Amino acid sequence: MDGDLGTQVVGPHAGTDGTARTPERHILDGNEAAARIAHLMSEVIAIYPITPASPMGELADDWSARGRQNLWGVVPEVIEMQSEAGAAGALHGAVTRGALATTFTASQGLLLMLPNMFKIAGELTPAVIHVAARTVATHALSIFGDHSDVMAARTTGWAMLCASSVQETGDFAAVAHAATLTTRVPYLHFFDGFRTSHELNTVDLVSSEQLRAMVDERSVSEFRDRGLDSDHPVIRGTAQNPDVFFQAREACNSFHDAVPAATQDAFDRLAALTGRQYHLVDYHGAPDADRVIVLMGSGAGAVGEAVDAMNAAGERVGMAVVRLYRPFPSAQLLAALPPSVRTVAVLDRTKEPGAPFEPLHLDVLSAMWHAPADHWAGAASPRVIGGRYGLSSKEFTPAMAKAVFDEAAAPAPRNGFTVGIIDDVTRLSLEVDPGFTTDRAKVRAVLFGLGSDGTVGANKNTAKIVGDQTDLHVQGYFVYDSKKSGSTTISHLRFDPSPITSTYLVDRATFVGVHQWSFVQRLDVLKVAAPNAVVLLNSPHRPEDVWSALPESAQQLVLDRGLQLFTIDAAAVAKAAGLGGRVNTVMQACFFALSGVLPEEQAIASLKESIEHSYGKRGTVIVERNVAAVDTALAYLHPVPVGRTADSGVHVRATVPAGSSDFVQRVTARMLAGEGDLLPVSALPPDGTFPTGTAKVERRTIATEIPIWEPDLCIDCGKCAIVCPHAAIRLKVYEPAALADGSVLKTKTFRSREVPGLSLTVQVAPDDCTGCGLCVTACPAHDKSEVKRKSINLRPIDDHLAEERIAWDEFLATTSADVTAFDPASVKASQVRLPLFEFSGACSGCGETPYLKLLTQLFGDRLLIANATGCSSIYGGNLPTTPYTTDADGRGPAWSNSLFEDNAEFGLGIRLGYEAQRRAATDLLVELDHRLDPDLVTGLLANVDDVTDAGVRDQRSRVERLRASLADLDGDDARRLHELAGSLVGRAVWIVGGDGWAYDIGAGGLDHVLGSGRNVNILVMDTEVYSNTGGQASKATPRGAVAKFAAGGKGTAKKDLGLEAMTFGDVYVAKVALGASDVQTVKALVEATQWPGVSLVIAYSSCIAHGYDMSRSMTQQKAAVQSGHWPLYRYRPGAGESTHPFQLDSAEPTVAYAEFAATEARFAMLRRSDPDRAAELMRLAQNDVSARWTYYQQLTGVERSAPEHAADAVLSEMEDES
Amino acid sequence: MIDLTSIYLGLRLHSPFVASPGPVTGDPSMWARLEAAGAGAIVLPSLFEEQIEHEAFAVEYALGSGSDTNGEALSYLPHLDGVEVGPDHHLDLVEDAKSVVSIPVIASLNGVSPGGWVRYARLLADAGADAIELNLYDTVTDPMTSSVEVERRLTELIEEVAAEISIPLAVKVGPWFTALAHTARAFELAGADGLVLFNRLYQPDIDLDTLEVRPKLQLSTPAEVGLSLHWIGVLREHITGSLAASSGVHSGLDAVKLLLAGADVVMTTSALLRHGPEHLLTMRRELVAWMDERDYDSVHQLRGSVSRANVPDPQMYDRANYFQTIHSWVDSRR
Repeated sequence: MDGDLGTQVVGPHAGTDGTARTPERHILDGNEAAARIAHLMSEVIAIYPITPASPMGELADDWSARGRQNLWGVVPEVIEMQSEAGAAGALHGAVTRGALATTFTASQGLLLMLPNMFKIAGELTPAVIHVAARTVATHALSIFGDHSDVMAARTTGWAMLCASSVQETGDFAAVAHAATLTTRVPYLHFFDGFRTSHELNTVDLVSSEQLRAMVDERSVSEFRDRGLDSDHPVIRGTAQNPDVFFQAREACNSFHDAVPAATQDAFDRLAALTGRQYHLVDYHGAPDADRVIVLMGSGAGAVGEAVDAMNAAGERVGMAVVRLYRPFPSAQLLAALPPSVRTVAVLDRTKEPGAPFEPLHLDVLSAMWHAPADHWAGAASPRVIGGRYGLSSKEFTPAMAKAVFDEAAAPAPRNGFTVGIIDDVTRLSLEVDPGFTTDRAKVRAVLFGLGSDGTVGANKNTAKIVGDQTDLHVQGYFVYDSKKSGSTTISHLRFDPSPITSTYLVDRATFVGVHQWSFVQRLDVLKVAAPNAVVLLNSPHRPEDVWSALPESAQQLVLDRGLQLFTIDAAAVAKAAGLGGRVNTVMQACFFALSGVLPEEQAIASLKESIEHSYGKRGTVIVERNVAAVDTALAYLHPVPVGRTADSGVHVRATVPAGSSDFVQRVTARMLAGEGDLLPVSALPPDGTFPTGTAKVERRTIATEIPIWEPDLCIDCGKCAIVCPHAAIRLKVYEPAALADGSVLKTKTFRSREVPGLSLTVQVAPDDCTGCGLCVTACPAHDKSEVKRKSINLRPIDDHLAEERIAWDEFLATTSADVTAFDPASVKASQVRLPLFEFSGACSGCGETPYLKLLTQLFGDRLLIANATGCSSIYGGNLPTTPYTTDADGRGPAWSNSLFEDNAEFGLGIRLGYEAQRRAATDLLVELDHRLDPDLVTGLLANVDDVTDAGVRDQRSRVERLRASLADLDGDDARRLHELAGSLVGRAVWIVGGDGWAYDIGAGGLDHVLGSGRNVNILVMDTEVYSNTGGQASKATPRGAVAKFAAGGKGTAKKDLGLEAMTFGDVYVAKVALGASDVQTVKALVEATQWPGVSLVIAYSSCIAHGYDMSRSMTQQKAAVQSGHWPLYRYRPGAGESTHPFQLDSAEPTVAYAEFAATEARFAMLRRSDPDRAAELMRLAQNDVSARWTYYQQLTGVERSAPEHAADAVLSEMEDES
Repeated sequence: MIDLTSIYLGLRLHSPFVASPGPVTGDPSMWARLEAAGAGAIVLPSLFEEQIEHEAFAVEYALGSGSDTNGEALSYLPHLDGVEVGPDHHLDLVEDAKSVVSIPVIASLNGVSPGGWVRYARLLADAGADAIELNLYDTVTDPMTSSVEVERRLTELIEEVAAEISIPLAVKVGPWFTALAHTARAFELAGADGLVLFNRLYQPDIDLDTLEVRPKLQLSTPAEVGLSLHWIGVLREHITGSLAASSGVHSGLDAVKLLLAGADVVMTTSALLRHGPEHLLTMRRELVAWMDERDYDSVHQLRGSVSRANVPDPQMYDRANYFQTIHSWVDSRR
């Protein structure tokens, strides 16, 4: 995201001569290339975040917030909508009015736009949607790239234009915006998600002048004139009957027919202006090729390289790249194919189960079938084969393209093949020669970093420095794992004098940077190195000790490939320069010193200049320290003396513990080792169903400090455990005798009136702790003589890891006392229960996960979770390992994610399914009553206790007895009851998700479920932004906070979701904040589960997007409550005539809202960037807070009884408690 | 007509009342009111190097944490061009104040690093400040650091800053130097054009609920004026440059006393916070009334007339003073 591009945007007085000028080269990614044109060409931009398209919306919002103008000197209106459906609706409205409008999306987002897309095309209205094409969720969600989304839109009537590279993305965006105006047909412009949307490459920009020259102003005027207006009223969107609809539908034909020519015309105009000529189908390769691959998208880069290499080796192959996919350019395809071609292989980046072939394949077949009779000059029409590649951004390399060409040369080539995977089930996959390579970039670098060490940022910066300072072309592509804490990043950089078309990862690197020593110990990082490559290791060891510290496998690679090793203790250099653990600048300086991309002196000078540029606004001290780090780095960079043999005795640590399940060893372990690509089809569940409880095998060991317990100070409160986002610190109570001889566990007597005589241990899981320190902050017990010594203290992991690992294993093995004896509705009792949500990949200090963990502690063995897409579905369900797990009996939360927008309905459906089964079981029980023990049947039918441990346990035991009895009975009813008997035990259905779901995209469904009266529980983890996609504003975002899509500070107040829910009258509503009141939180979750109707718990969830040190997250939650930003309450519908259902659980605000806000960057940033607006919004926000508090106080006095359908028994029970 | 002009740091002030650093001088809407109420000069709130650095790191942390770690969220907060950390706010304040008032605007600086002191002093001078006030504030907690070392370091610092700027330089100090008269003289020789006596030391407090140590800020009280009065009286004969009295000045009569003791100007913060800028009018009226009653023509006449050098019994400024004070206090209790 380079704001500097803004300088090139010209207003209404820019030159319009349209003459070609020396292009301006920039380093940018596909999203920016598309968004830049879209912003220049639009008056209205409706946006909604979805990966990987979100950056386009963010840039558009950012630019408009800064007053950047479009081609006509107007700042586009950018508006975030509640969903992509909303964005499409707004787009439809804007273009109906005759305004130039666009939107950006991907995947499910595009699917939500489909209804409006039919309308927009049907009404022949110019519009453009830019799509970073992404996999549509099927057996699993995937954020990565393929064409399954755009293929779902091919029936909408939109023209579809596909860009294959970052350069083309900018160019085709311009073509799409220009051509939609002349054709009146809307354009869907797409490019591959991540591979193109997120790839940095050297790009020649279409200047504003050139863009202006491409636009037909008359068609703009005509478009505006057609806009809906009361000065010349028309009616559109009528309803038509059988008499005319059909004819009217055919009336559009000539417009669609004109699209190919108009698109080519726009391509030609672009060529005249820029010298870059494209065609509807572009052919590349031998003029006399016998085999041609036809495809769309970024795969063209890899195929093109294969074509060149194979032709250089004497073969005759070619590639036809389809640019315009709809209307399909059959004639142009035929014209593009050389007459010599004998086999056409069509590659589709999508899968359509049940179709004869994938869509592009069918289109090509159709074109070939309908070729003019004389097209092949009497020869037989070439045969057409096709297959699938690259689903969900699966690597697609020149070697795979060659495999396709090889297959095409076979006498009887396979059809419907796959390439890039090993299909050992249906045996459709092609054999790929791993030795075939075409990567000729002069410098090819792979750099391994931690998300938190700034490696990716530094590498993006490196790419820009080289791109700006030299004539070299650069390419940067960045691979992230799915963890939000301790994530590994792999940067792939290429530098070369020629344009870089290698649309695949670097696998023969001339430079390998290992920015964290731990990678050497657990990953095979050197296997990407080409012979004689330079390897830079950030190591805590002295140069002469590095060799012997390397695992033997790495040593062997160094010897085999003649690698040159260099080392630096970057952490020490960074620390000495005052940069803490951020090694990025140090490693960047070393990269420049070693890689030879630039002369060292020039590189270092440029690096310092870029530091000044990047950090200048963040303060002199930051600049000075980074410059100091650069200066010092080179002095501490040393070659590593390489030994003669690989004999260190060090070995890469086993990926998963010995004794893990067969599935974990066969599948999970390989995914963890970065070898998931090598897993064959047979290894994977065909329906997306996976075992739970795998996070525990991962053992990430990412903390530098871990909490160590001091039993002598402990007061058994459980606060350390309840706030832990990762279930990495735990309490266990047990009979003293349960401890083994020679136990290493620290122990103390557990204070309990209910069950005296038990022992307590508080234990950290040292490999799973992220070191966030929340437990220490939460711990209220301190040494009377030395307040800094608490009962939990952070200590360096290196000093404690070995002993704590042993203790953790013993802790797990120690038999817990029966904790069901304790009332769960207390913090202490909740925390001696086993968490069945552990070690997720959530951010260190995450504010959401403690709520989920608590839920599993209270009801985990009978919990069904419907999870909205978002952070919680990623840390909750993103492979390779997942955090939901089971208890000793194998029971635990069962979890599924449907979509982002339908989670409430999905959860309701799960409940309905359960209730139907329970009702069927009950009916069968009544039917079979005479054949069963009457007491047992009475007991089973009478049990309404779904909530308490004792009630559930007793019912389970009755069900076991029932099953035993049924085994002796004949008949279908007995058999069916045996199947359904499990449903007689209560289930807690929790519908969970974030505010993006509950306040925005899923609000309609949520509203319906709130009104359903069904026994479902809803947990909204409110982070006040779309956290997962990077902090975009939602309707939960408070007034005055900056967020993406609200870069100027959100001007409107936060929606009061709880209040909305209360209007139903029979919904239990609670607003909780763990950091402010853990007691109230526990109570609310228990009450919500008890409530026999709908319950809604809105939980304040600190988030990295709030902008503060996450070790303070619980303190910030407290401040949020104290300032009145987040009042705690419970609304418990009452049974009686005069109940007061609304109870405020927090005290009157004692802290000014501004005082709370000043401590969070999301508010404080606005004070810096726009003090007047910040002051005004803060004043209004204080009014919001005060008015809400007054209103809530009044609510406490309101008498209201619940509607009659609420279950009286539970009501009276709850009344008794209160 | 009584002449209230006073020369401070070589600047000619139309009145000896100076609004010292605090929320009032930090509020642009107050500047015109301060001038109208008769302030001779305004000292803007201190630029704290430490705070600027802290903010720089906090912003860097907030914008940087989580960035480029996940394919779905390359960052978590929007890019805002205008979010700048650094001295800009203070520099803007200087420029803005200069454009609003015609009285001298003095910039105050509290640094932590030798480079920081010099850099920010130069920036403040470049922004148009009429003078710089160095707020020397250093809680020396290291037992290995001697008073000699501390004083040497501070003296060098003053030399470096003085060499860097061409506008007058005031140095605000605390009272807790072992040999204040010697130190004050050394500071003057190092390049200080004047001394401000005194800054008020930060005194932390303990929260009895949480046992946390917290900052505690209290407004000054008139009782504090004695310390400034004492040392201005003593130093007047040794310091050729300016002396400003700070801390505890609440009334015109406090000002009279301090001027008599030898102050060139009196500075007030707390009184302005409590009563608003117009309190300066009251103080001025009290000063004028006192002078008028006694036929003083000018502040210049007053200045230092009751300083240690000019009183019949200099011992009253020395040790004897202690006994006298206690004695008179006991007397007053009777």
